[in-house]
Amino acid sequence: MKRLKKCALFLSIALIIFLPVSTFAYAKDTKTFQIKGSDTMVNLGQAWAEEFMYQHPDASIAVTGGGSGTGIAAILSGTCDLAQSSRSLHDEELKNAAEMGHPITETVVGLDAVAVIVHPSNPVTQLDVDQLSAIFTGKIKNWKELGGNDLPILVLSRERNSGTHVFFLEEIVRRGIKKATEEYSHEALMMPSNQSIVQEVKSSEGAIGYIGLGYVSPQVKVLDVAKSAAGPYVHPDLETAQSGEYPISRPLLFLTSGTLDPVMKDYMDFVLGPDGQEIVKILDFVPLKNK
Amino acid sequence: MNFLKHRWNDIVEYVMEKVIFLAGIISIAFVVLIFIFLLKEGLSLFKTYSPFSFLFGLSWYPISHPPKFGVVPLFLGSIVVTLGAILIAVPLGVGAAIYIAEVAPRWLREILKGLVEFLAAIPSIVLGFIGLVTLVPIVKEVFGLPTGLTALSGAIMLAFMAMPTIVSIMEDALTAVPESYRAGAVALGATKWQMIWRVLLPAASSGILAAIMLGIGRVIGETMAVMMITGNAARIPTSITQPVRTMTATIAAEMGEAVQGSEHYFALFGIGILLFCITFLINFTASFFIKRKR
Repeated sequence: MKRLKKCALFLSIALIIFLPVSTFAYAKDTKTFQIKGSDTMVNLGQAWAEEFMYQHPDASIAVTGGGSGTGIAAILSGTCDLAQSSRSLHDEELKNAAEMGHPITETVVGLDAVAVIVHPSNPVTQLDVDQLSAIFTGKIKNWKELGGNDLPILVLSRERNSGTHVFFLEEIVRRGIKKATEEYSHEALMMPSNQSIVQEVKSSEGAIGYIGLGYVSPQVKVLDVAKSAAGPYVHPDLETAQSGEYPISRPLLFLTSGTLDPVMKDYMDFVLGPDGQEIVKILDFVPLKNK
Repeated sequence: MNFLKHRWNDIVEYVMEKVIFLAGIISIAFVVLIFIFLLKEGLSLFKTYSPFSFLFGLSWYPISHPPKFGVVPLFLGSIVVTLGAILIAVPLGVGAAIYIAEVAPRWLREILKGLVEFLAAIPSIVLGFIGLVTLVPIVKEVFGLPTGLTALSGAIMLAFMAMPTIVSIMEDALTAVPESYRAGAVALGATKWQMIWRVLLPAASSGILAAIMLGIGRVIGETMAVMMITGNAARIPTSITQPVRTMTATIAAEMGEAVQGSEHYFALFGIGILLFCITFLINFTASFFIKRKR
């Protein structure tokens, strides 16, 4: 018993002495740059970072997702070096940033088209923005109202931390009208990722959802979309998104705050250069037009 | 020499006593600090948003202008999932506990106990993932629903998570019933079933209630699995086969996006206070039942 006590005492003293030492040992002297934000862009960001680190072996960059909102919150609180966002900042957020002493700069690094997808068995092939708005606000509840089968519509949206959620809300649900107050139907399912929307659409005949063009798979059907009932109905692809014919495309952004570290500046030049834009294309996003 | 040794032992005794005391105090201090922090952040919401519309508001649209922070759909979502889980887990749990404690032969008892405790060790995200790929399609098919991402799927999955808690505490309660009760019942000519139903269960009732309460506490705080399989639609549920959004899933899904110090951020802490109060109440009732047992 006595020995046990001594042993315990020895252990606790050892712990107190060595715990701080061991944590110090982990501190490194090379800085890892943190990039956070859009889930839509996380694969793209990782591909950029990998290629950049291959070209600059001494640079270290970590890219993580979490949603554009997460990235914006992180750049505002200074916990990342660069944020990836698939939506522009709101006026309120810009004002907040300026007040907190972190004025934010947005740089367009690519484009993304948001594809509207349904189950392959669905006879509907095209919708206009007004119809989409009516579906996502819950005014139209059955596919037969749109010339489809007599089947209730299952509305799938991304979760609120997604840039795609906010973009789709502003451009489609509210039809691009600034003052509009339409909301996603409260019956809309909030899905955690592009992948989970594809998963749900391919297994559910009545489902409709929206995803980044890069996530379209052959198991789902992509709808043609028009600005108004008059047409023209446009299929989303590289050319229609770049030319702006396809109505639901958006810029992919880098958000930076204050003066940029030279490494981050190199990184930005790399992303905007031919190598970076080639990666955009490989990952099924839309590269910027050659100037 | 002997005197010195005694002296040394006294010192060790004294130091250890203080170390343990400190450890105890720290854990209490943590709870208090967490609660103070929650209160401070959560109550900040009510400077700009009325507590009435928070507690009784029927819609949750946190990023609209102006935002709506009505917590009712989320609260009801949590309640539906929790009730469903408990309705499934309690009968199964009681049955399993009775079997393990009273019916199973000794060698099987040890194996079963080990397996039930192993169920508790499965990370909730793994259960959620398994539920997503196996249970969700089954629920959709069996009930002919437009989607399997429903409160029911969440309830079934959470029932599995509550089971280990319920079974192990209930089993303890049953084994704690004095042997003389069993002997007495059998001596009076009771069958094994009569003895379990009429004697053991009433004698262990407070332990059983405590087990159920702790099971509820486990379920209502669960986040990852529910977020993956309940569909997360912030509607007022009218049936268990509809998608729901729970309080925990709301905090988890929206915390990353909420800008620190914004109304939305405070509203999420408001939900945190509500959750804290609920789990506190549940744990309090559970320990009340446990005390009554003694």
